[in-house]
Amino acid sequence: MEKLSGGDMLIRALQDEGVDFIFGYPGGAVLHIYDALFKQNRIQHVLVRHEQAATHMADGYARATGRPGVVFVTSGPGATNAITGIATAYMDSIPMVVISGQVQSHLIGTDSFQETDMVGISRPVVKHSYLVKRAEDIPETIKKAFYIATSGRPGPVVVDIPKDITNPTDFFDYEYPEKVTLRSYSPATRGHSGQIKKAIKLLAEAERPMIYTGGGVIQGNASKQLIEMTKLLGFPITNTLMGLGAYPGTDPQFLGMLGMHGTFEANNAMHHCDLLLAIGARFDDRITNTVSKFCPYAKIVHVDIDPASVSKIVNADVPIVGPVDVVLDEMIKMLEPEVAKRSDKQKKLLKEWWEQIEGWRRQDCLKVLRDGVDDELIKPQEGVQAVYRATDGKAYVSSDVGQHQMFAALYYPFDEPRKWINSGGLGTMGFGLPAAMGVQMAFPDETVVCITGEGSIQMNIQELSTCSQYGLPIKIINLNNQSLGMVKQWQDMQYEGRHSHSYMDSLPDFISLAESYGHVGFRVEKRSELDATLKEAMSLKNRLVFVDIMVDPKEHVYPMLVAPNGSMRDMWLRKGVRT
Amino acid sequence: MMRRIISVLMENEAGALSRVIGLFAQRGYNIETLTVAPTEDETLSRLTLTTPASDHQVEQITKQLNKLIEVVKLVDLTEGEHIERELMLIKVRATGAQRAEVKRTSDIFRGQIIDVTPNSYTIQLTGTSDKLDAFLRSMSEASVMEVVRSGVSGISRGEKVLTS
Ligand SMILES: Cc1ncc(C[n+]2csc(CCOP(=O)(O)OP(=O)(O)O)c2C)c(N)n1
Ligand SMILES: [Mg+2]
Repeated sequence: MEKLSGGDMLIRALQDEGVDFIFGYPGGAVLHIYDALFKQNRIQHVLVRHEQAATHMADGYARATGRPGVVFVTSGPGATNAITGIATAYMDSIPMVVISGQVQSHLIGTDSFQETDMVGISRPVVKHSYLVKRAEDIPETIKKAFYIATSGRPGPVVVDIPKDITNPTDFFDYEYPEKVTLRSYSPATRGHSGQIKKAIKLLAEAERPMIYTGGGVIQGNASKQLIEMTKLLGFPITNTLMGLGAYPGTDPQFLGMLGMHGTFEANNAMHHCDLLLAIGARFDDRITNTVSKFCPYAKIVHVDIDPASVSKIVNADVPIVGPVDVVLDEMIKMLEPEVAKRSDKQKKLLKEWWEQIEGWRRQDCLKVLRDGVDDELIKPQEGVQAVYRATDGKAYVSSDVGQHQMFAALYYPFDEPRKWINSGGLGTMGFGLPAAMGVQMAFPDETVVCITGEGSIQMNIQELSTCSQYGLPIKIINLNNQSLGMVKQWQDMQYEGRHSHSYMDSLPDFISLAESYGHVGFRVEKRSELDATLKEAMSLKNRLVFVDIMVDPKEHVYPMLVAPNGSMRDMWLRKGVRT
Repeated sequence: MMRRIISVLMENEAGALSRVIGLFAQRGYNIETLTVAPTEDETLSRLTLTTPASDHQVEQITKQLNKLIEVVKLVDLTEGEHIERELMLIKVRATGAQRAEVKRTSDIFRGQIIDVTPNSYTIQLTGTSDKLDAFLRSMSEASVMEVVRSGVSGISRGEKVLTS
């Protein structure tokens, strides 16, 4: 058998796992590992400028490709810097393997230089973690880490490796296991057929049905099945912020996003439906509004791979635990005959339901209101619409967190899964740029846009340097409202307009900032120049372009659910106007 | 809210216990008692904990525990017929006339005196937590010097077992 050092075993294991990129940053505890990395060229290592960015890059890569992202960080500060990105991936169930260096085994527990208890500090935000105690265990631990990260409900796995374990002068037998089995871990492989039958019956009898799907459909690669089933049924459908793109955003059956900033029609259809089919969604508080008032008339069917997500917030009348693609395949087969024998009465009821929905649609809740504003003033929504036009709606779009994120979600309809890359669960400002970089690494020829705000972009702005090093031609669209817009909106609505620390003072000149990193910068201040500038930006295929769009600083995101104590049909529709 | 006895079979590995405890802290569940030791198969540990929880909460607790990779199997013993025991070691002041009184009470509760000094008894008592509580109440407050309780262990009645 082949003899390798611990460091070489780790790199070989990653190669054998099919890893093509590692996003990382070196340091003392991972020096042996970096030396092993130096001696090979099958895996490309991407040197970031901050470990948080490495985790977001790996995360963006994973969201866009469906393959696990891989991160290297050193012990202590390297490890702690990675935590935000690990937590971000955890909240959105993104497969990721984070390899962290640890101080030498004999120093653990002595408060030695750059020591931090990584397994402990990451524990609440990982799917699982390992501290490798013997070099011989490296291959199997790596195999297990990837298996756990990618199977069932995916998530980040941390592998913490003390420095002595990767010592270049100690050699061990290397063999990469074909597969691993864990007696204590076996995710469901199919749904319970009795429950599926019950669900079919409810779907067949429903008079006001509604389909609500989340990130699970995307992570579970079940978009194809979702489209097929939704078309077959002819039911209305909504996606969560995490689920956008699972169902084509431009399809007439799609009612838009639901929830806190969901559309009037989606939120109303949720409230009034008599049957809710929830798939790969978790009834987050940003969806339900007041739980006791959620879907008051509906029987609920919930399909999810994670049993703990079912009946956690809202009781499911029919729980189906299983992989969404497999469950939906089975459901489609059983639904075909049911749909074929639909009675005239049922068809009529469904038609009436659609008429009611069309009525809500006529509210045109996303219409951009320009009453009384200067003709050249750019509304942030228009910035997003212009990006949509300039990219034919085909780009990968990452976002940060704030108003711009909601505008991107609402005004850039996604027709395909894995194209909308955003931190929904943790809501991490600073996610957008590095996530876009991970996407661009995976798809060098695709258009990758990062829609951000002047607050968020500054949280990982240093990565502009990494972008020049690796020639990543990302298009950064900075919807510059010169404020922490989302914070300000809440202060307007709930604190009588007291803008406590929601201003971004002393903004840099983003154009010269971008230029100093070797990129191109454009500023747009006039509405009439929006399309031409974006067109030019998109035409610079090989350049990173930073487009600083000066937008209306007073704009709010609407619709917005009324809180506290509101139901899903209680919404603010524009300033001072509610349902 | 009902007191539940959750019995967990898990990998006997470093870090497994901290994950279980961390989960309770993270999700705001209470642990009232906790006991853990390896089983006859030394790769496995058996952990028993008691927690006050509603039906909805206990469903979440068991599901979340099951999600932990190291948890092999678990059961909410309170769902079925079961036996529960807790061990208590209690050191009481016992002088003069009190000595006989303490001994008598201990006998009534089937306690065993396992250590003796001229001024004290150390009594070992097993039973349900209620029984131990009752014994404690029957000792005058002034005479109790130290109490050590093991936390609850439990097992289901009949031939039902929790194995990997
Ligand atoms: C790391 C982090 N810190 C704080 C917040 C809270 N927060 C949410 S939105 C927001 C404002 C974001 O400002 P900007 O990026 O300019 O976006 P805008 O809302 O103005 O479009 C803040 C501070 C957060 N989500 N993430
Ligand atoms: Mg802003």
